[in-house]
Amino acid sequence: MKSPAFDYARPTTLAEAVSLLTSHEGEAKVLAGGQSLVPMLAFRLAAPTLLVDLNRLSELRFIRIEDDGVRLGAMVRWRQVEDDVRLVSAHPLLVTAIKHVAHYQVRNRGTIGGSLAHADPAAELPGIVVTCEAEITAVGAAGRRVIRAADFFLGPLTTALKPEEIIVELRLPPWPAQRRWGFEEFSRRRGDFALAAAALYYDTMPDGKARNAHVGVMGVGGKPQRLAQVEAILDGCLIDMDTIAEAERAAAAAVHPSDDIHASAAYRRALVGTLVGRALRRAAT
Amino acid sequence: MQTPVRFEVNGNEVAIEVEPRLTLADCLRHHLRLTGTHVGCEHGVCGACTVLVDGDAVRACLMLAVQADGAKVVTIEGLSHDANLTPLQAAFRKHHALQCGFCTPGMITTAHALLSQEPYCDAARVREVLSGNLCRCTGYVAIVEAVLAARVAYQKNDGSGA
Repeated sequence: MKSPAFDYARPTTLAEAVSLLTSHEGEAKVLAGGQSLVPMLAFRLAAPTLLVDLNRLSELRFIRIEDDGVRLGAMVRWRQVEDDVRLVSAHPLLVTAIKHVAHYQVRNRGTIGGSLAHADPAAELPGIVVTCEAEITAVGAAGRRVIRAADFFLGPLTTALKPEEIIVELRLPPWPAQRRWGFEEFSRRRGDFALAAAALYYDTMPDGKARNAHVGVMGVGGKPQRLAQVEAILDGCLIDMDTIAEAERAAAAAVHPSDDIHASAAYRRALVGTLVGRALRRAAT
Repeated sequence: MQTPVRFEVNGNEVAIEVEPRLTLADCLRHHLRLTGTHVGCEHGVCGACTVLVDGDAVRACLMLAVQADGAKVVTIEGLSHDANLTPLQAAFRKHHALQCGFCTPGMITTAHALLSQEPYCDAARVREVLSGNLCRCTGYVAIVEAVLAARVAYQKNDGSGA
């Protein structure tokens, strides 16, 4: 279908963009990469009166690797993440997860900020930021605020952002070189949304036992979630076959997906167990 | 609200006024009469509308025409310059990489972007990149063979290319 009619603005400063959103009182939408919003317009699931295009805000395209972690500007495109060789060591979990995002042409346009604001429950980046306890910085009429990932995603396509707020930055906490990690995703065709995915990491103590385990899953609920029960099993244990089997069972029991046209709830539960098991085996080897 | 937009298409300057909701794909087809860009799904799934924007393959149905302001756009029409087939087109013919032809412009533009940026890509990479383009006739095997065969023409800098 063709999109409903809307006005279009292309601000060159962040202040101008915020002021446009503020003056339109919730009727305006931000256009970043457009790879989720434009299909929603075509389906007429969204009908804003104004699109505020951020593509001229080059100040939001930075990738910085600093002592307090990896900072990504909201208008960084997937392609930029793929092409930045520093990230392979600075955040290997992010780099691996991003490879699963959509297709080649979409990765040339889609952005970090757009994915976070869209908040698809099966998308990779929201799952990574929740798993890694990242922070999202937004700017609005009241100024800047930092939102913890755990507080940011409220449900399917729903975030804690106010209508006039714009995401400007994502900060992923520092990544120790020795950290063990795994990312596993299952979809029917390459580039499709995940039926389910699992992201996890842990650090190791001198005796080889795991500590600081973080386990997140995507695609099995209204938003990405951490699995505290699985993390508790891993912390303080050697990640051997017995621990992995127990973690698999706990992961399947911890999620409560519903039936939909793509898969039954029972299938998705089993899949989450399998993916957590695979990610742990990858992390441990 | 008509909005002015200026960009370059296949080397020619274009200056028109369009509604903001007009996609780049519809602008190319209906306003500029460049109907080689095909529109299949209109929501970013099929890849038939792929064009090059500043050298990168993008879905023209997921970009607004007004967003192309200042950009260099190349469509399938811009990828052949005379009556002769380009090496990529010749490889598609030789390997029987098309049947009905609907997906072909998107396949060619995508493969051209890939080979221009990664002339030494392997079969796995070609398959990964073309996974964003649906073909309902060929089953992809011949398309992948054609793209692999055309690589040599893009490997200009080491003396092995055309």
